[in-house]
Amino acid sequence: MHLLTRFGFSDRSSALWLITPGLLLGALFFYGFLAWTAWLSLTRSGMLPSHEFVGLLQYQRLFEDPRWLAALWNLLRFASLFVALPLLIGLGLAVLLDQKLRAEGVLRWIYLHPMALSMIVTGSAWRWLMDPDQGLAEGLRALGWASFRWDWLADEDMAVYALVVAAVWQISGFVMALFLAGLRGIDESLVQAARLDGASGWTLYRRVLLPQLGPSLFSALLILLPAAIKTFDLVVALTEGGPGQSSELPAFYMFQMAFERSRLGLGAASSMVMLMMVLAVALPYALARSRGDARRRAGA
Amino acid sequence: MKKTWPLRALLHALALAAALLMAGPLLLMLMNSFKSGAELSQGSFLAWPQAFSGSAWREAWTLLRGSFASSLMLAVPAVLLSSLLAALNGFVLCKYRFRGEQWVSLLLIVAFFLPVKVYLLPLAISMAKLGLSKSLGLLIAIHVIYSLPLALFFRNHFLGFPDELLQAARLDGAGFWSLFTRLVLPLSRPIFVVVIILQFTTLWNEYLFGLVFGPDEARPITAALAQLAAHSEGGVRAYNLEMAAALLAALPTLAVYLIAGRHFARGLVAGAVKG
Repeated sequence: MHLLTRFGFSDRSSALWLITPGLLLGALFFYGFLAWTAWLSLTRSGMLPSHEFVGLLQYQRLFEDPRWLAALWNLLRFASLFVALPLLIGLGLAVLLDQKLRAEGVLRWIYLHPMALSMIVTGSAWRWLMDPDQGLAEGLRALGWASFRWDWLADEDMAVYALVVAAVWQISGFVMALFLAGLRGIDESLVQAARLDGASGWTLYRRVLLPQLGPSLFSALLILLPAAIKTFDLVVALTEGGPGQSSELPAFYMFQMAFERSRLGLGAASSMVMLMMVLAVALPYALARSRGDARRRAGA
Repeated sequence: MKKTWPLRALLHALALAAALLMAGPLLLMLMNSFKSGAELSQGSFLAWPQAFSGSAWREAWTLLRGSFASSLMLAVPAVLLSSLLAALNGFVLCKYRFRGEQWVSLLLIVAFFLPVKVYLLPLAISMAKLGLSKSLGLLIAIHVIYSLPLALFFRNHFLGFPDELLQAARLDGAGFWSLFTRLVLPLSRPIFVVVIILQFTTLWNEYLFGLVFGPDEARPITAALAQLAAHSEGGVRAYNLEMAAALLAALPTLAVYLIAGRHFARGLVAGAVKG
């Protein structure tokens, strides 16, 4: 029980009054607008917002649009690799850095630095690196590997994997930081006990340390999955959805429909589908978290 | 753990190879940004510059300097305002009880995850209806509002803040404002450093709001960079210019990361675990 509440200090009311306007404004901008988007998705809104209720017509149109279905399929391909590869690379780097290497600080800095960059910068850089005619491929050919080709950016089947390359480069260091924090947070006595039992090297990791990384893995998934669903900037900077529309992701589709093609209702419907996907990942966590918080504070 | 030296050497070699792969893109950008326009047509992407030329950097600076200033004038006030507001909200949400507080915290956590696309359309419609023209001021206000979930960082931080200290200050007759400014703010410097670094990186690197609500004559740097890249297509493909421009856009956040990398990593990890 909070000691403070029992006395009913006068600063309580001023404190609550002080934060109320901001929170109400936030409620309007986050949730009021969300409700507005939900409403738009149920109307005939095209170029202009309309109030004509049409039920689920926009959703029906959405799921009959091959371009949207392709964006969902692309998301599936993108997200599975965008989650799996950083987890593997990040775990590998974390275990590597956990070996008390020389210059660990420098290495960690290098592994993590792409996180400081904007997705637009990352996209611009990789667009040149992966340029089939002038980038790395040309460089390697000039060095004598005459048959080398890397033309994912020009290949409709492979453009999504070009997005994966850049995104994995950017985020792997972050996953490493999560796992490293997890490894360093493990109780030393656990490690000592395992050593006494004769565990060492790889066995120590496999049997004792890695199973302790559950919370880090959970955090990583909680970041990676929503990030994959929301990926937009990188598509703009790296492929612009192309070649053709072969590398469009849902967020890019939404922006195209709502802001370029003036199909507001359809754009709104696509954003609601994205919302469902993100909530499926985040809502269980948010519920558990806010309940846990309440308990923590009550017990504090 | 005793390890033989070949294994140690192998581990170091692996770590070094990974570092080279990770650093490669930035190093190649740096190298190519110093090539002259003439060298692009004859030289190769992986060739060392024949002569270091600053022409691409000069051109990038001329093209982007307005946007660089815009981003700075946008990021600095927006970061300071949103961090202060987050401290205030986080403190009150943590240390005062009120009805429905569990709902507020749930809504804040969910807001943290909401895709921008879910509120972007109504935001654009209402800004247009209100007749608010695209400007840095508008952009700052929008960023401050949508940074409200930052309060969660402070709330978690204040959980460890001793109630007895607040209690003592209250008994001395301190009102809320003096409590907050004299006691709470000075004692939350470590979390401020983390939040400010994280928020500066986020806002400097933000693209979509800047594109939609930024002033057309001086767009934030990410929007300007994306435009530069899109425009060069079809025309002369001057990658030295684009590399210099991209590095220019990355410079401030890289500098912050260089100076305060430890806080940066801590913020990211804390944000992931606790956000």
